[in-house]
Amino acid sequence: MLNTIIILAAILILVILFAIFRVSSLVDVIKGDSSTKIPPSNGTQANLLLLFLMAGLVGGFYYSFGGLEDDFVLPVASKHGVITDTLFWWTMAITGVVFIVTHIFLFGFSWKYQHRKNQVAYFYPHNNKLEMIWTIIPAIVLAALVFTGWKAWMDITRESPEGSEVIEIMGYQYAWSVRYPGADKVLGDYDYLKIDATNQMGIDFSDRASFDDFIPREIHVPKGKPVRFNIRARDVIHSVYQPHFRLQMNAVPGMPTQFWFEPTKTTEEMRTETKNPDFQYELVCNKICGQGHFAMRYIIVVDELEDYKEWFKSQEPWLKQNADYLTEIPAKLREAASIVAGIENPGDLDAPNGLTISGSK
Amino acid sequence: MSITDIQVTDELVHGDDHHEEHHEQSFIFKYIFSTDHKTIAKQFLITGIFWAILGGGLSVIFRLQLGFPDMDMGFLQPFLGDWISNSGKLDPEFYLAMITMHGTIMVFFVLTAGLSGTFSNYLIPLQLGARDMASGFMNLLSYWFFFLSSVIMFISMFLSTGPASGGWTIYPPLSALPQAMSGSGMGMTLWLVSMVFFIASTLLGGINYITTVINLRTEGMTFRRMPLTIWAFFITAILGLLSFPVLVACVLLLVFDRSFGTSFYLSEIFIGGEALPNLGGSPILFQHLFWFLGHPEVYIVILPALGITSEVISTNSRKPIFGYTAMIGSILAIAFLSFIVWAHHMFITGMNPFLGSIFMFLTLIIAIPSAVKAFNYITTLWKGNLVFTPAMLFSIGLVSFFISGGLTGLFLGNAAIDINLHDTYFVVAHFHLVMGSAAFFGLLAGVYHWFPKMFGRMMDEKLGYIHFWLTFVGVYLVFFPLHYIGIAGFPRRYYSFTNFDAFSSFVDLNSFVTVAAIITFGAQFIFLFNFFYNIFIFRN
Repeated sequence: MLNTIIILAAILILVILFAIFRVSSLVDVIKGDSSTKIPPSNGTQANLLLLFLMAGLVGGFYYSFGGLEDDFVLPVASKHGVITDTLFWWTMAITGVVFIVTHIFLFGFSWKYQHRKNQVAYFYPHNNKLEMIWTIIPAIVLAALVFTGWKAWMDITRESPEGSEVIEIMGYQYAWSVRYPGADKVLGDYDYLKIDATNQMGIDFSDRASFDDFIPREIHVPKGKPVRFNIRARDVIHSVYQPHFRLQMNAVPGMPTQFWFEPTKTTEEMRTETKNPDFQYELVCNKICGQGHFAMRYIIVVDELEDYKEWFKSQEPWLKQNADYLTEIPAKLREAASIVAGIENPGDLDAPNGLTISGSK
Repeated sequence: MSITDIQVTDELVHGDDHHEEHHEQSFIFKYIFSTDHKTIAKQFLITGIFWAILGGGLSVIFRLQLGFPDMDMGFLQPFLGDWISNSGKLDPEFYLAMITMHGTIMVFFVLTAGLSGTFSNYLIPLQLGARDMASGFMNLLSYWFFFLSSVIMFISMFLSTGPASGGWTIYPPLSALPQAMSGSGMGMTLWLVSMVFFIASTLLGGINYITTVINLRTEGMTFRRMPLTIWAFFITAILGLLSFPVLVACVLLLVFDRSFGTSFYLSEIFIGGEALPNLGGSPILFQHLFWFLGHPEVYIVILPALGITSEVISTNSRKPIFGYTAMIGSILAIAFLSFIVWAHHMFITGMNPFLGSIFMFLTLIIAIPSAVKAFNYITTLWKGNLVFTPAMLFSIGLVSFFISGGLTGLFLGNAAIDINLHDTYFVVAHFHLVMGSAAFFGLLAGVYHWFPKMFGRMMDEKLGYIHFWLTFVGVYLVFFPLHYIGIAGFPRRYYSFTNFDAFSSFVDLNSFVTVAAIITFGAQFIFLFNFFYNIFIFRN
């Protein structure tokens, strides 16, 4: 049905256009105007250009300010996001004015100076003053944009402040894994050679800081506290992107990257603001990574600081959930590991690597 | 052959002498393995048109997927075979293959070879008063390398594992590891081989253009009098000559990584259940090398289009172009700056933020010469005596796209704003307007303008107008809305948006864009009919 309508609409447009040009050329023939090499529908073309300008401006304004803008402009939920949004809207104002003015001139001149009988083009090869003006004015405007943009950029990309929550995010085909530092607030090492079916993130348990690290099913971050993402990838390049936080950083295999931000609205607050009771902050992969690229969704929950602390405490260390993995840890560290991870019945700690130990959570 | 074709500079040649330069030639050497710049230009044009239809057709198919995700695409099974599942769904990996091929085809095969190859070859000798290119034989090689490259790329689309699918930027490790996606196997190999031939073609052509412009100008044709078209082609050729070899290096290192176990771009990778031994490489190195070509490439695409526009607007305004010297100056400035802005494609790749701020500064500077060009075109219209031939309309459309797309560059070039816009549909809208559609309009303006010179016939004007209006309005209807969904954070290269709550509210808009895209693509057949009918059938 829709296809038929589309085809019909296309044909209709064609017929209308053809009829317009036909009429205008017939009119010109009757006027006896076809002696020159000027296209007979020259005036029609000029009028159409003017019409396009006006329809475009009206349509553009309606579309931009006619009530749809709430759908496009996502509410911002991070501190630096407010700054980049301000820059964005300033740039929008400047470019918007330039866009409208240049287009009025472009199509306006096209209409005004369309060919007329006995009209002679004005010889105007150059005007140094004019050219200087429109070199220098853009330069000044751009200098302002560069300066403000540079300040914001350096501010956003500086080292994360002391006391930030540090969270590790790893992208792989086609999902995310997230690791928290646990009670000691220090993320343990990782080694890509240690990755296997159980230890998906390649946590290196020869580092004592790894013992209490935990891997939750969704990301929780506290409102009003700087959060630092340590980002890496396991196989190909991915990109950690969250539009509400105005946050994006590529995840590159072999090269850890980072991004820090400060959430300003909890998930609950966003649900009220967007009037959407199911609202979730969604983490998006934004670098082509294979056929599941479009489905790498992960939830970020922003909590009040108190709730976040409670949630943090309630998480079990990964090692506790996977107590069998103790056998993969160097024998001399097993006891310490089982104590830190809170494994109550670790079994035979001297068993050779690879044997299953009885008892777990 | 090459020696006999070289001309001496002071030899006066009249424009009309071009037809009778060679002796009796057989059909094969006259029309197929020709060393005549006019024939080679037509060969480039026809091959470019072939690719443009294919590249555009692919975009229609993947727009259908985006606009109507629930649609039964079973009717495409005769063309796409197994890539359409029995329930009528497009394969997600083939979706990626299509966007990759669409990008590769449009950027390299249509807008580099098709545009530069056609008009540099055709116009440089004619407008300089030279009898032919400096080396006809190299010119011949240039086309046939391009042809070979085209054949290889075309064949790659029929592999059972699919053509290259990692995006036209072929970032490793995705493109380096066949385990990562099936398109990174044989499809990627053929892509790389094809691209090496393509680069050889571009270099041969470029050297030829540069030599011709420097040595074969007729008496009195000084650099300060050279038409702006030739200036644009000349600078384009220099850009290509300096940047394409870097792509060769980039591609060769990727071949080493893929086939010989080196680690230029690979490090610490665990994929397909096993850890790879590669250590110490950096995917970022690839991106630096790639964009060192990739950014000048944007200007390789748009400068010839701007050159053609200069000529068409000036002719149809019945007055000289405003600010000739400033126009040359801005071409030179754009060309120079285009080499030192490449990392603005990489703000959020984890590159040192300080580098990011430098590249932001340099990137925004490039807006100044671009603005000068736009203003000069508008001033050329002022107090002119405008004749709206289809070529003129396409040129005005080009200036409009160039302004619209250029202005959004100010958002993306600003590193702080780019954090949120990078790799979204905002970028898609930006470059499709400023380099895609604008360069296409340059190509079309050139064809409409010089068709009578090329083929000795006229194109039908009414069909030209219909073609223009459908295309011009259509392009805006396709790409203007994409800015909006880009601001809302739509990531590009997504097979479908239904997995995310945040993105599922734009289904209607996506359907609208798809319909507009189909109409725009359909309008090109009016042009094709007009073009081929007037060459082969209609005789005035």
